[in-house]
Amino acid sequence: MGATLKRRLGAYGLLAPGTIWLVLFFLVPLYFLGKLSLNVNVQGVYYPFDWHWANYSDALSLYDTQFIRSFIYSITATLICLLLAYPLAYAIAFKAGRWRHAMLLAVVAPFFTTYLIRTISWVTILSDESPVVSVLKFLQIAPSGHVLFTAPAVIAGLVYNYLPFMVLPIYASLERLDTRLMEAAKDLYANAQTTFFKVTLPLSAPGVVAGTLLTFIPATGDYVNAEFLGAPGNQMIGNVIQSLYLKQREYPAAAALSFVLMAIILVIVLIYIRFAGSEALMGEEGAAI
Amino acid sequence: MSATPAPTTAPAPRMGVGKWLREHAVLIIGVLVIAYMLIPIAVIFFFSFNNPAGRYNFTWVGFTLKHWENAFGIPELNEALLTSIKLALLATLVSTVIGTMMALALVRYEFFGRRAANFLIVIPMATPEIVMGSSLLSFFLILGTGLGFRTLLIAHVMFCISFVVVVVRSRLIGFDRRLEEAAKDLGATPWETFRLVTLPLILPGVFGGAMLAFALSIDDFVISNFNSGTTVTFPLYIFGAFQRGVPVEVNCIAMILFGITVLAMGFTTWQQRRAERMASIRPEQEELPPAAVTEIAATY
Repeated sequence: MGATLKRRLGAYGLLAPGTIWLVLFFLVPLYFLGKLSLNVNVQGVYYPFDWHWANYSDALSLYDTQFIRSFIYSITATLICLLLAYPLAYAIAFKAGRWRHAMLLAVVAPFFTTYLIRTISWVTILSDESPVVSVLKFLQIAPSGHVLFTAPAVIAGLVYNYLPFMVLPIYASLERLDTRLMEAAKDLYANAQTTFFKVTLPLSAPGVVAGTLLTFIPATGDYVNAEFLGAPGNQMIGNVIQSLYLKQREYPAAAALSFVLMAIILVIVLIYIRFAGSEALMGEEGAAI
Repeated sequence: MSATPAPTTAPAPRMGVGKWLREHAVLIIGVLVIAYMLIPIAVIFFFSFNNPAGRYNFTWVGFTLKHWENAFGIPELNEALLTSIKLALLATLVSTVIGTMMALALVRYEFFGRRAANFLIVIPMATPEIVMGSSLLSFFLILGTGLGFRTLLIAHVMFCISFVVVVVRSRLIGFDRRLEEAAKDLGATPWETFRLVTLPLILPGVFGGAMLAFALSIDDFVISNFNSGTTVTFPLYIFGAFQRGVPVEVNCIAMILFGITVLAMGFTTWQQRRAERMASIRPEQEELPPAAVTEIAATY
């Protein structure tokens, strides 16, 4: 009995510093965010806490376009990421052979250079005189020959920046897949298509769920891509929050927007997890997370 | 008949090409997607040799080495880079120690509140950075603490902990506990067991977690943007310089960091292989992907 008590104390002792850090600097600040969002703000001078719910309705009615735009951009980017990432993850897991490690390395290589410079390099790639845009113009994908500072440029940037977050979980779930199941499907006279849709795809669902969440969540709050690759008319909610906090110093409105963003994302994620019926994220031992 | 001399042979190779394309379609798409992911790195590399006409390094003008020679010749840039490195080293140290402790507790003990602890670790990874950044700023604003290196360090440790826990834990799961029992049976004290048996065995995982923490910290922009005050880190310098033109030297430094990361990854892989040879944690695996790849893949 003494031994189990000692063990238990050992566990709590090991957990304590990290738990305290996360509670103090992650959970408590969320409470303060909520509190700040209910302060009165008049002409940049803010007054103490006052249950000022009007901040929410004011902020939402002022910036509803940016909110909706953020979700349109991030959902589009997530879907494109999925369409690009699945074949790539599949190719790495089953078709790459001895090139497997090299391809995996290429997927994580973007992490080795600074995120901001990579995003800025898209200004070069998508500028009007670039070969990429000439090809797009020739193919009539961008007939005006102008891509930079438009919505597609922002979405392309989002897709580029969050693609590895989609590829890696899908790859991880495909790699864990028991290939004998695919052989069994073939033995039972399923064609390649049926095998894919009835065996491979359902078994890789946890990776798809994790990947879409890891892409969708950061993409919705992103403001770097819209800042560098978009026009003022492509501003996302992140740009508004950043500018209200750091330039206009309208803290209560900014905090209200931030809180609403978190709440909407949380609701979408919960619905999605329930709908997808997957334990990919919260599964007890669930491989990783 | 004579007008078409090879009607029988002509379709055969064409069908071959079509078949080859169909069979390798997934691989071809995969390679194209990888090209999409690597093009920006190539652009950064080539434009580090550019000699732009104005302040903006967006269009190719001509080849020069002068920016590479001057790579560390911009004082503000150097200062920002040094701040970033110092911050990343400290954040890595603190988050790796704290995170490894948490991972140890989660893997080896059953205790009340385990699910809650797991949840607390997962939730920061599922929160948009802008929410974490703005809530921390709100916290510091209401407390009235000044912003600067200290608040940056607090923030960076906060978002690194979860990733360290996840990486270290994924390594601990395959850990052979009998080795520790053996050490105990041979008369080792708990501290000796930890130092001489446990630590060397979990070291590759800890090192992988530390590398991930360092990479996350040195590249962080959003959370730093909110909590830096007047302190400037490398990403913050780039963001600030965007409107007036990012100096070409930034590309050189980015490529230098890229090179160092590749070397560090090679080193981890070597370390990992050595550790595995020393004590077969994963005996039946002839071919191992580079350490950082498994590290990052394990995160998901």
